Amino acid sequence: MLHYIGKRILHLIPVLLGMTFIVFLIIRAIPGDPAQVILGQQATEEAIHALRDKLGLDQPWYIQYFDYLKGLLTGDLGESLRTSQPITSEIWPYLAATMELAFFAMILAIVIGMNAGIISAWFQNSWFDYIAMVIALIGVSVPIFWLGLMEQWVFSLELNWLPTSGREEVRAPVEAITHFYLIDTLIQGRFDQFWVTIQHLILPGFALATIPMAIIARMTRSSMLEVMRSDYIRTARAKGQKMVKVIYKHALKNALIPILTVIGLQTGLLLGGAILTETIFSWPGIGRYIYEAIGYRDYTVIQSGILIVAFMFVIINLIVDILYTVIDSRIKYN
Amino acid sequence: MKTGKFWSLKLFLLLVLLVVLAACSGEEGASEEPADTDTSGDTEEAVPQTLVFGRGGDSVSLDPAIVTDGESFKVTENIFETLLNFGEQDTTVNPGLAKEWEVSEDGLTYTFHLQEGVKFHDGTDFNAEAVVKNVERWKGGAEEKFYYFHSMFKSEGEDIIKSVEAVDDYTVVFTLSRPQAPFLKNIAMSPFGIASPTAFESAGDAFGDNPVGTGPFKFVEWKRNDSITVEKNEDYWQEDLPKLDKIIFRSIPDNSARLNALTTGEIDLADGINPSDAATVESNAELQLIERPSMNIGYLGLTTTRKPFDNALVRQAVNYAIDKQAIVDAFFQGRAEVAVNPMPSSISGYNEEIEGYPYDPEKAKELLAEAGYDGEEIELWAMPVPRPYMPDGQKVAEAIQKNLADVGIPSKIVTFEWATYLEKAKNGEADAFLLGWTGDNGDADNFLYTLLDKDTIGSNNYTYYSNEEVHELLISAQSETNEEKRNELYKQAQAIIHEDAPWVPLAHSTPLLAAKKGVTDYFPHPTGSESLINVSIQ
Repeated sequence: MLHYIGKRILHLIPVLLGMTFIVFLIIRAIPGDPAQVILGQQATEEAIHALRDKLGLDQPWYIQYFDYLKGLLTGDLGESLRTSQPITSEIWPYLAATMELAFFAMILAIVIGMNAGIISAWFQNSWFDYIAMVIALIGVSVPIFWLGLMEQWVFSLELNWLPTSGREEVRAPVEAITHFYLIDTLIQGRFDQFWVTIQHLILPGFALATIPMAIIARMTRSSMLEVMRSDYIRTARAKGQKMVKVIYKHALKNALIPILTVIGLQTGLLLGGAILTETIFSWPGIGRYIYEAIGYRDYTVIQSGILIVAFMFVIINLIVDILYTVIDSRIKYN
Repeated sequence: MKTGKFWSLKLFLLLVLLVVLAACSGEEGASEEPADTDTSGDTEEAVPQTLVFGRGGDSVSLDPAIVTDGESFKVTENIFETLLNFGEQDTTVNPGLAKEWEVSEDGLTYTFHLQEGVKFHDGTDFNAEAVVKNVERWKGGAEEKFYYFHSMFKSEGEDIIKSVEAVDDYTVVFTLSRPQAPFLKNIAMSPFGIASPTAFESAGDAFGDNPVGTGPFKFVEWKRNDSITVEKNEDYWQEDLPKLDKIIFRSIPDNSARLNALTTGEIDLADGINPSDAATVESNAELQLIERPSMNIGYLGLTTTRKPFDNALVRQAVNYAIDKQAIVDAFFQGRAEVAVNPMPSSISGYNEEIEGYPYDPEKAKELLAEAGYDGEEIELWAMPVPRPYMPDGQKVAEAIQKNLADVGIPSKIVTFEWATYLEKAKNGEADAFLLGWTGDNGDADNFLYTLLDKDTIGSNNYTYYSNEEVHELLISAQSETNEEKRNELYKQAQAIIHEDAPWVPLAHSTPLLAAKKGVTDYFPHPTGSESLINVSIQ
């Protein structure tokens, strides 16, 4: 197993390298000049030239690329062109914010989506099945932007249950240690703030969870339906075992492989694809960080941000592959 | 082990419980919080003087000398002070860190007498020496770093500020190499906030993360893309000021989400309210709508180097063809003034004798016929982002498209992502494009020279308009210190620009903000950033 993991990690290198190369070329192909954006509309030609020179943008692209790679090898992700902040130290709070939100959303999506799928499969063609699957269909197609604003309207403005945006009550801010506020508040023993953090997570969490939840529900249902028809399930039911036990002990385990694949892919997508949710809910995460960097043509932030997200994506896929062997001992690597 | 199999179901039940609990405690929290979080121990019914200011974006840096964006100045205006201040809601020049000043006859020597007993937040004394060190820092720095200083106080590589001297502890003398009419206004701009020399010398490039000034508020914390916190400077030199204990600047990028946050009380003041939301704010008894005095221009640029707009007659025809009043009524919700000249009428030197082109499609058709326009389709560029001077570029473009079609100019609306849009327009690739400008210091030079002089082609003169006569007028106005003569020069320039018609001036809009009813004495400044020194919460 260790051998396998080692091999997989080695495989990451060309993947990530290729990715940096493609991103590097794409962002330089779009028109727009970072120096112009940084200096604003009023900038003179000379000032822009001087800044381009300082930022190294006047160098041929391959020299810029190799300089960037050289930095990466020493763990240096470069400096933001716009704020002059070193990205290596700047990126963690954004990443932590996004991870906290994405994991919260994935827990919602997995727990609700899987259970909805299981119940739908068990009571196939019942009213619950129909309603759940219609909701799931709406879930995969609803625009997140609209959903987010609707959530704010109903749960914040009308019902006044939950805050509209942000990660914390800014008047009583969380002291950041790990930048995972759920963990930070627990370390400090601030259970009141822990609750406030949960409250801030719920609306963006649901908005972000909607699509994966729907996909997981549909996948669970179809996978479960298949398993439920197999002989050993019939045997278990014939023995008079309780429904709950049949489902969760016997059926789910065998239905889990395709569900796990979907979960892995969706988690990866959430880490990078939370831009809309992060914008509506003012979540200071990495999606918004990269998105805004695109507007400012902050090349280094775009490059390094995407690199980090891609890295997370492949790591999650690796974890999923390893989990396969845990769920199904017939699966063996090497 | 058996029980482990039911984790999914159990987690589900736990989650339901969690959501219900969180929702319930949310309700309680709302009513209990003020009492709970008040750690100062005051039990009297004082309203907590913490203001949460919701705005569209984060700051770039908190060193005002090196930034150009309004979101940075909104914060630095509270940490730093300038030698001179603008008026509360205009750009008249008032005492700041300098209590008095004198100008020599020839307009080359400015003597400032400084406030005494002022200290920076780090305890360093504010005195003439500190001013000299600040100016030397700006002067010695590279153009691309101290951008505003160079654009205001350098001309063709020459320093306009020849030297700065500390005559005694509280007197500082600026000697100019040539007269600069708007010198005092320039020195009052946010980028020229005086910073603690001890702090910037030791912090170097990191000064923008640890700003130290003399202002009413001290920097506390910056959570990037999220919030910036500043707190009251207890040793502030003006008595009983500031009134607030704390200001938290929160970035909420989406305009609707920001208004939602204001409605629920998560923020107290919201910048960037859509004109279309003004009615919602006004109908809410808990909120007040606040207008920022207008100092901007939204316009349709006609690139004078491209067909058919290389012909002045066609440009005039377009001016006649567009119904500006209808655009202002429909898309600015009436919260704008129809523009006649390239700058707002509040700016000194505005030519009131010029009458705007009336909406007259017949006249437009005549002019087009006279110009021999061949009916070729043009590209009409619509701004992809809302700006105070153009809340909805797409819809304004559609209205203009209809107006142009009525007089026989077919057009196709195109748009690009914002940075691309500016880049391409700057390269002169647009036929006709929507754009605008918000003034920096309320001086005519900051509109006419910046936007329409031949020198600024390739930066802000997007229409590539070049007129030698206008150029000479604008250049001589720059060093004309007699206010009346100077205004006359600007009036002449506007008359020529009106005839040449490189733009269709559309509107001077009134940017909108909204606040909780209790927020008092907040006066937004036309430049877009202001000190919150007098603001309090009732």
